[in-house]
Amino acid sequence: MRKSVLFIVTFILWLLLTFTLHIQFVITGVIVSLLTAFLFGNMFVKNWNKVFQIKRYLWFLWYLIIFIWECLKANFDVAYRVLHPALPIKPGIVKAKVSLKTDIARTILANSITMTPGTLSVDITGEHIFIHWICIKDENLEVSCQEIVDKFENILARIFE
Amino acid sequence: MIDIAGIIIICVGVAFDLFGCIGLIRLPDVYNRLQAATKCVTLGTCGIMFGIFVLSGFNSLGIKSLICIPFILLTSPTAAHALARGAYIFGVRLWDKSRMDEYKANK
Repeated sequence: MRKSVLFIVTFILWLLLTFTLHIQFVITGVIVSLLTAFLFGNMFVKNWNKVFQIKRYLWFLWYLIIFIWECLKANFDVAYRVLHPALPIKPGIVKAKVSLKTDIARTILANSITMTPGTLSVDITGEHIFIHWICIKDENLEVSCQEIVDKFENILARIFE
Repeated sequence: MIDIAGIIIICVGVAFDLFGCIGLIRLPDVYNRLQAATKCVTLGTCGIMFGIFVLSGFNSLGIKSLICIPFILLTSPTAAHALARGAYIFGVRLWDKSRMDEYKANK
């Protein structure tokens, strides 16, 4: 069952990439997808029940909206800092708590933090994530560090856990 | 009309790519440069891809460029993460005027 989920995903991806229903492409796609699913099926889908829960996809759409908005904000933020003659940066590495457990949720969290304004995730060890922050806010440091993580953590917990 | 929209989106993408490159030159150390490079170049490249999709529509080329967007969004931050961590472990120091370094205590 776990392998068939990966098979369906890779086969759809193949069909979209070739974008034709010519018989030779479809047969090649079936063979390649079967091979991929057979070799790597155990690595990707840990719990296949989660794949069929509609609520997770709705939360994922909401996550996409927030992510794209943050990504746009981040780009204008970087453009402002780079083009400003005085280079207004106060960089440093800060630390925040993570409560997500599954690997994929932690990966997506680190990627989201990298794409949000002014932050770049450097490492995750156990319960802490280390974030390089381009412009540290001096007052309420711990609270504002935690805000970076919390913005995505609640949504990702609903999607992946 | 759609052509003009596509060309505008591609131009915005190229502009963000340019900001990323300026950041790569102006910012002081590896970690700050990675910030500029990752954010701007990711959105810039995604913009170019999306512009190509708008220009060509739902055919083989457009769908391929649309599929590239999630791949770039997944791989580019991961590469930045790996580079930053690798640079720190290798011993590249933070900029002199950095405020703090809480990662040092962890090692």
